[in-house]
Amino acid sequence: MNVTYPAASFRQDATLPPVSSPLLTVQNLNVSFGPAHSRRAVVKGVSLTVEEGRCVAIVGESGSGKSVTARTLVGLTGARSHVQADLLTFQGKNIDRLGDEEWRALRGKHIGFVLQDALVSLDPLRPVGKEIGETLLVHRAIRTRADLTERVVDLLKLVGVPEPAVKARQLPHELSGGQRQRALIATAIALDPALLIADEPTTALDVTIQAQILDLLSETRERGKAMILISHNLAVVSQMADEVIVMRHGEIVEHGSAEQIFGDPRHDYTRGLLKAIPSVRSRGSRLSSSKAPRFISAEGEEVRELTQSDIAQRSRPLLEAERVVKRFRGPDGKLRTVVNDVSFSLGHGETLGIVGESGSGKTTVARMALALEMPDEGEVTLQGAPWTAATEKERRHRRSDISVIYQDPLSSFDPRWTIERVIDDALARRRGDPLDRTSRQSEVSELLDLVGLSPSFRTRRPLELSGGQRQRVAIARAIAPRPRIIVCDEPVAALDVSIQAQILDLLGDLKSHLRVSYLFISHDLGVVHHLSDRVLVMNHGEAVEAGGADEVFLRPRQPYTRKLVAAVPQLHFQAA
Amino acid sequence: MSFATSSAGHAKAFIIARVLTGARRFPIPVYVAAFFTAFFLVAGMAPKLLQTHDPLALGLMSPLKAPSRAHWLGTDQSGRDLYSRIVAGTGQSLSIGLGATALSLAIALILGVTAGLSGGWIDNVLSRLFDALFALPTLFLALLFVSLLGTSVSTLIIAVGIGTSPGYARMVRVQVLRVKATGYVEAAKALGHLPKDILFKHILPNAISPLATMFTLGIGQAIIWASGLSFLGLGVAPPSSEWGALLNAGRNYVIYAWWLEVMPGIAIAAFALSVTVLGQYVQQRLERRIELP
Repeated sequence: MNVTYPAASFRQDATLPPVSSPLLTVQNLNVSFGPAHSRRAVVKGVSLTVEEGRCVAIVGESGSGKSVTARTLVGLTGARSHVQADLLTFQGKNIDRLGDEEWRALRGKHIGFVLQDALVSLDPLRPVGKEIGETLLVHRAIRTRADLTERVVDLLKLVGVPEPAVKARQLPHELSGGQRQRALIATAIALDPALLIADEPTTALDVTIQAQILDLLSETRERGKAMILISHNLAVVSQMADEVIVMRHGEIVEHGSAEQIFGDPRHDYTRGLLKAIPSVRSRGSRLSSSKAPRFISAEGEEVRELTQSDIAQRSRPLLEAERVVKRFRGPDGKLRTVVNDVSFSLGHGETLGIVGESGSGKTTVARMALALEMPDEGEVTLQGAPWTAATEKERRHRRSDISVIYQDPLSSFDPRWTIERVIDDALARRRGDPLDRTSRQSEVSELLDLVGLSPSFRTRRPLELSGGQRQRVAIARAIAPRPRIIVCDEPVAALDVSIQAQILDLLGDLKSHLRVSYLFISHDLGVVHHLSDRVLVMNHGEAVEAGGADEVFLRPRQPYTRKLVAAVPQLHFQAA
Repeated sequence: MSFATSSAGHAKAFIIARVLTGARRFPIPVYVAAFFTAFFLVAGMAPKLLQTHDPLALGLMSPLKAPSRAHWLGTDQSGRDLYSRIVAGTGQSLSIGLGATALSLAIALILGVTAGLSGGWIDNVLSRLFDALFALPTLFLALLFVSLLGTSVSTLIIAVGIGTSPGYARMVRVQVLRVKATGYVEAAKALGHLPKDILFKHILPNAISPLATMFTLGIGQAIIWASGLSFLGLGVAPPSSEWGALLNAGRNYVIYAWWLEVMPGIAIAAFALSVTVLGQYVQQRLERRIELP
């Protein structure tokens, strides 16, 4: 009997038909980080199998251990990690205790790895063609230079990069985000690996680009390759996966076929995740499991009967943009029109959503609404009076009428300030008589309470908070001056889906409570649809389509809107 | 804003408490640096406490004696006790170091903040000025002022202060530009705060705090520059025992009496190093609170 005969195929011969021999088997995987005395377990007892031609998706929120699990399978967990598994086999071979050298032989050739951020993952000083060629050279798949160039161009063509011969000679930053991600996928599939691991391959991309990348990954799968897809986006997963693993805090909470997970989720956490996705169906309902807060009636002065003049005022829009145009000078010295002839109005108690992909000019519109950027043509009026056309001196005392919530709250807080000081600073801008110290302090606590934070947060600093907590503080600061309008610029783009659900619910609650209007900017159509009364779709600086949210998203008239709506991945299986 | 100041006071008390509770866990270099700094501060303010001899008393019987139990660091060509002379000169050296750095930073702050805030042609003019001054060696600038103003302690302070300011001014300008572009400055503007409030509450504190280490480094540097000028005979003249002057006076005897050059040199290096170590340590402690690990 041959001693070197692989044990795995031995077993396979004995028990299973050869087709279903798993490509990858993981049993009871544990990964922890740090020195022995303070070891932090990140992955706890994860088991999974991937068969040829199948796509297994791992979903979970940040900190769930999904990325670490993926990295373990390519031996990239780093020197400070401790990996332990009962069984870890790939193509029948044990890959539990491989050295760096052996991992290098396996990675790229047999297991391809696609990372999330292509700009960071590609060498900024090397043409993308060289980067792709490197994989081929290292594994000695190509020997002559002419062959290499040809193969690289073929690969770029395969992943759908336009003008592949030109792009191969360009540096990563000269390519668009989608092209970079394609180049990265080209690197991963250059040697035709049996297993492709994609860690959040579409997270940083616009929906239309995301749809293209997903098509590309599907094609790869159709060529018979197995895939592990890591994502926090359940809709993306539902389009691709045969099997889904839901992870939380390093453990698997649910594991099943895609049909079962999306159609009949058994675990509460999975159900919560599915419910937390904002979409047309979620309109008017709560996304998170939190109850609507009981609001303290300290805002008594705001709750008053509507007088005739109020009603007259309400018929006029609060904020109105009249054919605004904004141009910026690019690095090449040429003027580029970033916003072209955009008009909109925002009424009392209304939410206007602005959607568009990156570079569509939606953030510039927000900045003009805040009069932080002045339009080159046209103007913005606030409450019927000139706003961008006024001087900063005239504007300053009116700025408390319109406040802002940014995508990245951390950078919008002075790092030296405590939360109390941040909110107090905004309170000082409230219209009317200045508050004395004690009432300001109680007001800070009240505002924190309103956004669902305990008073103990007063002395904390922004850096000590989680992303969701920071966004809550940002909301508290935004509502502190009692504005009539809050401009929300991608307020949930950086948050996990369950945290996003909480923040969206909070914004919804505050809207009815404080009677504010929102100018809500997002690239996420579901988020905009969930919250907005009316929407404005932007593309390349122009307003493509405007109207009621349902009207625009369910019955889009313009080709671009149709393309945008069609590109949004939908959950394939609907919960009963 | 009574509230804001009380919060700042609270923050200060918090820092002091943190520094005190952490006393047992100071790194050893910090202890050494603190010891030397304390020694030089006492020597600067009350030299009599530390002197073993009269720094000006001539010892005709004991010129150029090597370090011994009677004369810890030896004696000079006139038999004066070198240790006592170094202690006596500390005050002058320190005031030159602190004064020149303070002057230099004051100039740098005014010009750097003006350039960073105003932008446009003012920024262009000031930046070219910094570049032009930066292109000239510090020593050359200092020489220029000494030749214009004559030699004295205050001249040295002015000469070194102005000579070292362009480098700081450029750093201040860059810091101001950095903070000006942050989200929190924009958020303050969107809240409708006055430009002067934004300047004093956000821009200055955040622009200056990274420069705290530069200040401590600068003290040591300034003393070295002043000593250099004194060594060239353009600083404080004998019989003053400013450290650079000591180096200058000792250079004729260095073949017979190495200690005349080495000991003041060690004093300069020890003080410059100690202040730098302390400054960096404090800076790290402060920044740990507000920056990402």
